[in-house]
Amino acid sequence: MTLPMGRPMREVFGETVAALADEDPRVVMLDGDLGVSTKGEIFQRAHPERYLQMGLAEQNMLGVAAGLASVGLIPFISTFVAFAVIRPLDQIRVLIAQPGLNVKITAGYAGLFTGMAGKSHQVVDDISIMRAMPGMVTVSPADDVEAAAVIRYAAVHEGPIYVRLVRDATQRLFDESYRFEFGRAVVVREGRDVTLISTGAQTPRVVDAAELLAAEGIDAHVVHVPTIKPLDEEAIVTAAARTGFVITVEEHTVLGGLGGAVAETLSEHRPTRVKRLGIQDAFGESAPNDALLEMFGLSAARVADQVRGLLGAA
Amino acid sequence: MTAPLIGPDRVALDRDEEIARLREIARRIRVETVRTIHATRVGHLGGSLSEADILAALYFRVLRIRPSEPGWPERDRFVLSKGHSAVGLYAAMALRGYLPVEELVTFDALGTRLQGHPDMTRLPGLDMSTGSLGMGLSAAVGMALGLRLQGNPARTYALVGDGECQEGAVWEAAFVAARYRLASLTAIVDHNRLQQHGWQGAAFEDRLPPHEPGELVRKWEAFGWNVLEIDGHDMGAIVDAFDRLPDPDGRPSVIVANTRKGHGLSFTEGRYDSHTKVPTDAEFALALAELGEPSSGEGAPA
Repeated sequence: MTLPMGRPMREVFGETVAALADEDPRVVMLDGDLGVSTKGEIFQRAHPERYLQMGLAEQNMLGVAAGLASVGLIPFISTFVAFAVIRPLDQIRVLIAQPGLNVKITAGYAGLFTGMAGKSHQVVDDISIMRAMPGMVTVSPADDVEAAAVIRYAAVHEGPIYVRLVRDATQRLFDESYRFEFGRAVVVREGRDVTLISTGAQTPRVVDAAELLAAEGIDAHVVHVPTIKPLDEEAIVTAAARTGFVITVEEHTVLGGLGGAVAETLSEHRPTRVKRLGIQDAFGESAPNDALLEMFGLSAARVADQVRGLLGAA
Repeated sequence: MTAPLIGPDRVALDRDEEIARLREIARRIRVETVRTIHATRVGHLGGSLSEADILAALYFRVLRIRPSEPGWPERDRFVLSKGHSAVGLYAAMALRGYLPVEELVTFDALGTRLQGHPDMTRLPGLDMSTGSLGMGLSAAVGMALGLRLQGNPARTYALVGDGECQEGAVWEAAFVAARYRLASLTAIVDHNRLQQHGWQGAAFEDRLPPHEPGELVRKWEAFGWNVLEIDGHDMGAIVDAFDRLPDPDGRPSVIVANTRKGHGLSFTEGRYDSHTKVPTDAEFALALAELGEPSSGEGAPA
């Protein structure tokens, strides 16, 4: 009934960037002393001469990435979202996004799953921040299969790109035949009663929630949005039109993230009732993954509960 | 029109002639800087004047560059980390042939290539966009690392402010550059001993330097760099310092250039409020006179 588990995205990260480096001598990796955690070490073993340890100095690391890109290399970043995005945000803005330099901000430990590291490592607002930044694009893959495809895409994407990767094994949504298309949303379940829109590793949990709802006679339409910016506005409008009620679900704050993007789009192009599920303006905390999902209402069962309640109240 | 000041294809000069040539270029950088800021009523004057001699040496002697081919892959890279002193850089680049000198008056106008802080997407010849302090050296570290990885012999230079050396990221970059033994990387600190507002001394108008005397040299040495301390307005010393690079021991090098903010003009030299000073018409006429530049009747340059 529930989707099976896939491999941890971080392993896919190390392997995929290493494979890219096999094919392209311009690919390098910058590590902020977290190669064990991000699995940048897989790249390090394969290409030690192109693995550039930057130490615990992440502002510098993003600046170095800009310099590397300016001389024609393709740097991939290996650290956590907190240190790849939040700490060096001004470097990203001034040295990478505005000049459009070809830096791949492939950040690990996105969302709540940080190996129980807790609030300092759980960044709940990175989508909001990065989608608001001019010149930046934001991609949040759902599973290991899509993560590999997104990382491969990042290498050929011209210009800066932000990719959110999850630490732990996530449920596998796609099979090996899946083809990621940048800027395109994917309908992962057809339905008539309500439109559920999700991103990242939350999407498989929403698909499971849809199956729970189906057993009760609620037929949910589920759309996965890997590319949050540029947003596939046509797909959002089409999905909204199908049911007339949109519920967004994200492992992220509801302020300005996927839910914000969907609400902006629909209010301009097809005013539709939108309910945003996710983290309600709060910090995370250290706890087992399942407990965190329960606490923030993001487990399949809790999503199903909320959708059921919203439909009952509609 | 004055004679062109072309670098690589000039006839060989002896040392005294070379220094005289570079001093004349620095003088012209100062003239064009003041002229631009007077005309546009905007710009960072003090830091542009303190860096003028260093820029003259860089753009007319040190940097291996091709103004007619700004994207030349083997060009030396230059990053103006203290991006607010862009007027001085644009003046140097204009004199070197990257843009018409006449274009300088478009500085900060809508649609200009000459943004308030350097924008590499606008003006060919700029190797990095800067403006937020403390970042440029990191980009230069990346350039030096990347060029070395690619077997490219080009060198990388970054001009950093002394106030800027209060930014922590400068020292992150210093640490990493030393760790990678980036001998092809040179930082120059425009140690003009004043920052935008700074710490007050005895009276309100008095300002304490961003770093205690001698402190910057000790800090860079502690971070493992080859440190050369010079008078940043002594062209002979500037030339000699650059001629001693790269470090034979393989360390990255820093030239701590002791300069004076607003150098060259009586009404700006050593004054913290020269940071964004806009000269009046009378001050502009005085500036041209002090810089030995002929002026026409209304104070505009001939």
